[in-house]
Amino acid sequence: MTLLSIQGVSKHFRGLTAVDRVDLDVAAGEICGVIGPNGAGKTTLFNMIAGELKPDTGTIVFSGERIDGLSSDKVCRLGIGRTFQLVRPFPGLSVEENVIVGGLLRRSHVGAASERAHELLRRLDLYDKRAQTASSLTLPDRKRLEVARALATDPKLLLLDEVMAGLRPTETDRLVAVLRELNSDTGMTIVLIEHVMRAVMALASHILVLHHGAAIAQGVPEAVVRDPAVVESYLGAESVA
Amino acid sequence: MRALTHGLTRRSIVLLAVLLAVLVALPLFAGDYLITVLILILYFAYVGQAWNVMMGFAGQLSLGHALYVGLAGYLAAFLFKDYGVGPWIGLLAAIPLTMAAGAIIGFLALRFGVTGVYFAILTIAFAEFARIGFDHLDIVNGSGGLFLPVVQHDQSDLWLLRGPPTMFYYVILAATVVALVLSRLLLKSRIGYFWLAIREDEQAARATGINTFRYKMAAVVISAGMTAFAGVFYAFYYNNLFPEQIFHISRSIELIVGPIIGGLGTLIGPIVGAFLLTGLSETLTSALGAVGLDLPGARQVLYGICLLFVIIALPGGVWPWLARRLGLGEPR
Repeated sequence: MTLLSIQGVSKHFRGLTAVDRVDLDVAAGEICGVIGPNGAGKTTLFNMIAGELKPDTGTIVFSGERIDGLSSDKVCRLGIGRTFQLVRPFPGLSVEENVIVGGLLRRSHVGAASERAHELLRRLDLYDKRAQTASSLTLPDRKRLEVARALATDPKLLLLDEVMAGLRPTETDRLVAVLRELNSDTGMTIVLIEHVMRAVMALASHILVLHHGAAIAQGVPEAVVRDPAVVESYLGAESVA
Repeated sequence: MRALTHGLTRRSIVLLAVLLAVLVALPLFAGDYLITVLILILYFAYVGQAWNVMMGFAGQLSLGHALYVGLAGYLAAFLFKDYGVGPWIGLLAAIPLTMAAGAIIGFLALRFGVTGVYFAILTIAFAEFARIGFDHLDIVNGSGGLFLPVVQHDQSDLWLLRGPPTMFYYVILAATVVALVLSRLLLKSRIGYFWLAIREDEQAARATGINTFRYKMAAVVISAGMTAFAGVFYAFYYNNLFPEQIFHISRSIELIVGPIIGGLGTLIGPIVGAFLLTGLSETLTSALGAVGLDLPGARQVLYGICLLFVIIALPGGVWPWLARRLGLGEPR
């Protein structure tokens, strides 16, 4: 069953074509990776799915409903959670409060939301830091905090924008394991933008490659990373080995 | 009850109880002068608390809260004078009136994307409209002012808010306690968390599913409604209302200095700020009187210098610093 269906989506910024007629179908329960060089339009594509930007052309359908052009809060309420590439937790709030805010979206009592927050903070290894203010965290911790906040909104689809960046390899493996677990436990669908190929290869069952806004390849990871166009534009020859 | 005290240290509760007991017992020892100063302090603590809901919690700057004070004061005074309607019934009419005024301003601003300083300017504009409008509103005697009949101060009539300063003192003390409790309940509930999220990062708040328009509107409307009581109290305490005074921008400014000095977005900050500011102002007056310095404006200059030092030394406000010093933990 297709959960997210993107068809012919484009976005132009003045003269620049940031996203050029991209199609993507993501099945429910799938983990999909979006890769490509900097400036390829990955984050712009995310922002259109999440309601931050309105596509110039094309349609985005989520669980049978058109969502292109909806505001970001409506999109989130429909079941899409996201993180930001340039992290933006609520800086003056504590780690715990950040996640409680997310938990309150579908829970009316702070008690229930904080229970959910604690559970997620444990999963993401932030429980011991729950009383710190978010602004005092290191960048990798802030990224994990954004993941926790997004998860607290109980999304059907989670959009992760470079959450592995800056993590040490062991931390990457840990976060990969957590995401895998969430995916298999709850059937949550994940679309992730990622430069860390180690993480993409470990997680994704489907990969979309963007270059200059256009989809130059998509399919199963093993095939995509051997695609000559992908190697040429993004991965570089040595990474295939 | 649990929601009220949850998360507070034992020390904070004891301290609050002692402070309240002192304030309740104070009229037994204090003279009339001290009582009038305390009434002023508590008035600013109350109205600062109301303003803090909008700015401190939800991050929406209002520089026009004099509008709500004035509208409520005028409505209650008018109903009392011309129709004999008591102030508490007047308050019941004033609250929806101020809420409606807040809703109109909030709707105009938020619906059309007027944010930040532009929003603040809009709030000033509406207070100014009211000032000029009331100057020409004959039904409340325009710029000539509206006066309530002043009666002998021996008997307390709580229902009609007629009585000696001590009665007004207890009324504003009770209101300040109610405002504190209400603010805490709001802050610790779902709406409070959403307000803080909007204050911290509106875009991220929307991405977390928060309908920011609705919650910002709620902040404006609740803050305006809380301010209504301050207006009614003002009218019945001073017994006179002039558009040039009550709606004046300086009134809007003076009521926001307390919460800023005390600690924006904190629950105790507006109260601490009100004590500091009014205390400072009164101390300067008597100190200057004692040394015989009678330069016009000297008091204001010294007052400004003191504020400057507080803001430089404690940019987050006095209360967060004080709370840490007293070992109370939770700065909010």
